[in-house]
Amino acid sequence: MSELVLRVEGLSVAFDHPLGKVQAVDGVSLALLPGERFGLAGESGSGKSTLALAILRMIKPPGWIEAGEVWLAGTRLADLGEDRIRALRLAGIALVPQGSMNSLNPVLRIGRQIADAFADHGLRLNRSEEEGRIAALLAEVGLPENVARLYPHELSGGMKQRACIAIAICLRPKVIIADEPTSALDVVVQRQVMATLARVQQELGAAVILIGHDMGLMAQFVDRLGVMYAGRLVEVAPIAEIITRPRHPYTRALIASLPSLEVRGALTGIPGLAPLLRDLPPGCAFHPRCPQAVDRCRTEKPPMRGIGGAEVACHLA
Amino acid sequence: MRGVLAYFRRNPSLTVGIVLLALLTLFVIVGGLVVDTEDARPLSVPALRSPSAEYPFGTDRQGRDLLAVMVAGTPLTLRIGFIAGLLGVGLGTVLAFIGAYYRGFVDTIIRGVADIGLTVPGLLVLIIIAVSIKGTLTVNQMAIVVASLAWLYPTRTIRAQVLSLRERGYVEVARLSGMSGPQIIFFELMPNLLPYLAATLVNAVSAAILASIGLEVLGLGPIDAPTLGMTLYWVNFNAAMINGWWWWWTAPTVIILMVFLGLFFLTVGFDEIANPRLRRAA
Amino acid sequence: MAPLIEAVGVSKRFPGWLGRESTLALAPLSFAIHSEQPAVTAVVGESGSGKTTLARLLLGLAEPSNGEVKYRGRDLRRLDSEERLAFRRDVQAVFQDPYGVYNPFYRVDHVLRTPVRRFRLAASRAEARALIAEALRGVGLRPEEILGRFPHQLSGGQRQRVMVARALLLKPKLIVADEPVSMVDASLRATILGSLRKLTDEHGISILYITHDLATAYQVSDSILVLYRAHVAEAGAVEQVVTAPQHPYTQLLIAAIPRAHATRDWLAQDGEANLGDRARTSKGCCFADRCPHAASACLEAPPALYRTEPRRAVACVQFRKDPALSAGDLSAVVSEQSASGAEHRHEINPSNRLTRRRRLSC
Repeated sequence: MSELVLRVEGLSVAFDHPLGKVQAVDGVSLALLPGERFGLAGESGSGKSTLALAILRMIKPPGWIEAGEVWLAGTRLADLGEDRIRALRLAGIALVPQGSMNSLNPVLRIGRQIADAFADHGLRLNRSEEEGRIAALLAEVGLPENVARLYPHELSGGMKQRACIAIAICLRPKVIIADEPTSALDVVVQRQVMATLARVQQELGAAVILIGHDMGLMAQFVDRLGVMYAGRLVEVAPIAEIITRPRHPYTRALIASLPSLEVRGALTGIPGLAPLLRDLPPGCAFHPRCPQAVDRCRTEKPPMRGIGGAEVACHLA
Repeated sequence: MRGVLAYFRRNPSLTVGIVLLALLTLFVIVGGLVVDTEDARPLSVPALRSPSAEYPFGTDRQGRDLLAVMVAGTPLTLRIGFIAGLLGVGLGTVLAFIGAYYRGFVDTIIRGVADIGLTVPGLLVLIIIAVSIKGTLTVNQMAIVVASLAWLYPTRTIRAQVLSLRERGYVEVARLSGMSGPQIIFFELMPNLLPYLAATLVNAVSAAILASIGLEVLGLGPIDAPTLGMTLYWVNFNAAMINGWWWWWTAPTVIILMVFLGLFFLTVGFDEIANPRLRRAA
Repeated sequence: MAPLIEAVGVSKRFPGWLGRESTLALAPLSFAIHSEQPAVTAVVGESGSGKTTLARLLLGLAEPSNGEVKYRGRDLRRLDSEERLAFRRDVQAVFQDPYGVYNPFYRVDHVLRTPVRRFRLAASRAEARALIAEALRGVGLRPEEILGRFPHQLSGGQRQRVMVARALLLKPKLIVADEPVSMVDASLRATILGSLRKLTDEHGISILYITHDLATAYQVSDSILVLYRAHVAEAGAVEQVVTAPQHPYTQLLIAAIPRAHATRDWLAQDGEANLGDRARTSKGCCFADRCPHAASACLEAPPALYRTEPRRAVACVQFRKDPALSAGDLSAVVSEQSASGAEHRHEINPSNRLTRRRRLSC
């Protein structure tokens, strides 16, 4: 327990909308060990990106953290003032945001953007120290040294992504949250970028939360996987366990919808639509689309229970 | 209704603009019922009276009741601006759509003429045109003179908007659905530009009013009409400021201010409608 | 019988400006789609491979720099207005972005009613409404939930399905689907792709499925073209190309796809190129700088397309013992039948032709 680098307990995030309160995240709890790779899988509207922002305390009005606590290496984040939290961002927890390629400032050279990160966190370096550190960082992510002098538009998609990773690790964070880091990249470049992330994470000893929707990518990269649906965590288990024995009907359907490269004619999806987050169905949020739903599912919200090596929120597991 | 009122609260500029213009309209309508506009002609009333119960805005040197002049002149000034603005934006829209949608040689010509025209100082051209017209101008002729240059800027700005819109996915889908060029312009592009066109129109009206007042102050306007600009011309001609006849220039100045502020806030208000709508829906 | 759509040596080059070199978007490509043999053909490639350029050329939304695109034997650029209307009727598209294809000013009904009006698919308003409702049900949507709404009130998946319904309305011969599901959630992709496959199986409509996702291409297509940097790397029957790829790029592509298996070997692989950056030349094979099998022969000239199997062509000098395709024409390799069978296949869907004739007369 004291070993955990990140602990989230009952985190709930809501948004105020003229048509009603939107429950973007509902009572999510998870625990992250140092150096662990944790995947957070879910489709659009599942709340995974909002969860990441909530952990970083970056939720802005009309959103607000309704409930729950976050501990980073034993420190409760709610106890810290805005200044301390700002200091923690990038140095304690780093975010590689979605659409990273657009997160780079187009009018600044890459080296300057890394230097800005140092300066913002009070690191006083002289010119040669700074250049040295930047070159080392770029080498860590497999980019040639001259990239420091280039502008973002002069880099390819994969290189920009790796530059974002370099910025994310420049202050040796303990946790890296990567939100769909490869969604805009093609398959071959994706592998290079993920290999870079894996190497960097191992050298740092940092934990990684990989947010995405590609179950294949999760299967090949993460150690443990959490599956989110309609703002709730429905299953958490070691990845091998989830792939071979998914317990929640949604997880099962999600894995089944991954098109196979071995057998043709087996393309299945999940009928129906994801629910509106401001109008969630009573009981289990998945019951309208669940092939096994019973009466209890329609009225009672299933709690997370430990079953075998996994935690599942399902009455029928 | 509640939604409309809520919107007015969210868009204060639009509200202020509408209120100001509404006040002016009210002034003109009520004034027209209360005051005899014949008194706007010279030699109707005793000259150079300061504001009193009988003549709330005072009278000028030629014996015009200034209240009557304002009541009669405001709609004239607005009319010039409106006709000129409408003509200008109308012509500009047609040219902009044709140029931006079809591109090529036609676009080059339209764009070239507009660009060259924009570099020439407008007031100068207007002065030359006004001076060349034999005899005195009527209010409508004034509008046409101003309109002759009012289309240049709208053409450019609307063209830019159409250029960006024509790359949207729904234009390609319309083409694949068998729609012809003019059909696409009218049914697909135009509706999305209505807020922008409204904003451009208000802008153009504003600019036209300014141009017409400018010409009138120089004495090149319709001499016989009691427009706001002509009133200021007479103010200058008679050195009213030096002579201390403050009421003569206060009334038209306040009304011109209200007109411009009203139109300005309306433009800002329209911008708020035009931009988020386009962005939100795209 | 002239093929429905034929690309003859079609290529696209974008001129360079401000002193930069021109960009080759698509190298000369020839293949044909026959309406008598409805099939799903996948065009797979990464960004910059030329797949979207190919789609736009075939749809007549862009003009080729060289070569011609022919509709029923006539060059697209030389069609008169009546033929153009027939072309638009026969060849439709579904695009990638389910947001930009809707005019935000109108309700979604507009995008369905416009083609019904333009192509006179219905004799009366009631008939139009019935046609639209049927098309929506055909893609698994409920008309009462869709009609009368504005685009922003529907989800991305619903919007994309409405686009497929729109294509279905026109009962075209060919639908060019450019990344139709890449902006849609994984669980909905199967439904949408299933609707497209149904169009081929039940309605005899051919589909050109353009995507970067090899896995879905494998699931729904019959044939596949793999593009790399504007050139065709490999083409043929999808089963062989995906399970036993011959071109080094196809092999790289398939190996790079992460699978949901318990064995984790994905990150570990890291193919080293034989020749490396030295091989980046505009004269030889475009893949030479990344190819683990590259040799000096690869740098001299771009490889021809070699027919290694009856239904497979590979652009790699490793296979120069096999016969080269004449004029690089992929039609035989990509389509199910050989050219001589075309006349016979003409009769294949008599019911389809009958309904068309009935509709045209009203």
